[in-house]
Amino acid sequence: MVLHEVDNEFTIDCLLLAGRIMIESGAETYRVEDTMLRMAHSQNMLDAQCYATPTGIIFSLGKTQPTRIKSISNRVTDLQKIALVNSVSRRLTSHMITLEEAYDELKSIQKTNYFLPIYIQVISAALASGCFLIMFKGGWSDFLFACLAGGLGFLVLLLINDLTKVKFFSEFTASLVVGYIAVFSVKYGHGAEIDKIIISSVMPLVPGILITNAVRDLMAGHFISGMAKGVEAFLTAFAIGAAIAVTLSF
Amino acid sequence: MDYIVQLILSFFATAGIAVIFNVPRRTLIYCGFVGVVGWMIYFILTEHGMDIVNASFFSSFIIAIVSHLYARRFKMPMIIFIVGGIIPLVPGGMAYNAMRNVVEDDYVQGLQYGLKAFLITGAIVIGLVFAEVLIQLIFRSVRTGKARFQKVYKK
Repeated sequence: MVLHEVDNEFTIDCLLLAGRIMIESGAETYRVEDTMLRMAHSQNMLDAQCYATPTGIIFSLGKTQPTRIKSISNRVTDLQKIALVNSVSRRLTSHMITLEEAYDELKSIQKTNYFLPIYIQVISAALASGCFLIMFKGGWSDFLFACLAGGLGFLVLLLINDLTKVKFFSEFTASLVVGYIAVFSVKYGHGAEIDKIIISSVMPLVPGILITNAVRDLMAGHFISGMAKGVEAFLTAFAIGAAIAVTLSF
Repeated sequence: MDYIVQLILSFFATAGIAVIFNVPRRTLIYCGFVGVVGWMIYFILTEHGMDIVNASFFSSFIIAIVSHLYARRFKMPMIIFIVGGIIPLVPGGMAYNAMRNVVEDDYVQGLQYGLKAFLITGAIVIGLVFAEVLIQLIFRSVRTGKARFQKVYKK
């Protein structure tokens, strides 16, 4: 009997870990609940119940079984971790690996940092900003200024996010940097259109994934998660808008 | 010529955004393809005089369908492929114009741009949802049709 209970504790640990990694990497809530329930069913826990929000998970294995809560405070966007957890859950539900192996894999996924080095991220942000400038019908003369503003803005976002852990503040400062580079490049450099430079350089900061996830959660019937993610996206958009307004008003 | 430049640049822009969101390495190129498809539809439609709202709807509709096919092929969540394609459609320019007009005390003009941005966001979202529902219907009917066929065949 005692052994049986210990076994269930381990199952619930493993499932909660999977759910936690997915929410922390920015997965949709309905996908998190679906994954956890599928994993539970594969372990013959047919009565399992799960309730996930962007700030925490409540999970129960059944009527007489333990229930646990896991609260989650910080979320980033890391699509690779979502894909990895997804593949672990697929293999577990098709009984290609045991629960112990799944737990070990999830632990190592949680510990590893899958992001590319910062300089590659900054370069790709700069390149994307430059490309967006031409896509939005800007002139080639502004290409380098857009690259500079987009890359530096993203670098500032990463650095200040590391220092303060306040998302709103880091997004505000990054947009401020983008705005001032655009203003100065037109005033003292050879930049032509300040509007196009700013629009294309804030593109790496735009909360695209949050908006899509919020809507998909709303459509799946998870109204609380959808609203929460929508508010997060709105806050980001508001931070960018406020910073651009500050730079324009001088 | 303009189309070719747009095609190449939209690939790099989408792939760059995909790197920031840290998509799995081997899907990076396919994320770029999704972005190219979405942006070229949007660009061609707007060049031929279609309204931005309608063009955004059609573009996001196709993006969702292509992403769904890739998601099935790679057995990965669909969100990985959608994100890169959606980003170029986000009404950044409209939102910027709204903000600038509000700062310049021209609230009526600002509201006009803001509403337009809101409409475009809604169109993108509706396109995604419609495509997803449609694809699920198709796959379900294919599956049940196959099952029914096998039943009849066995008898």
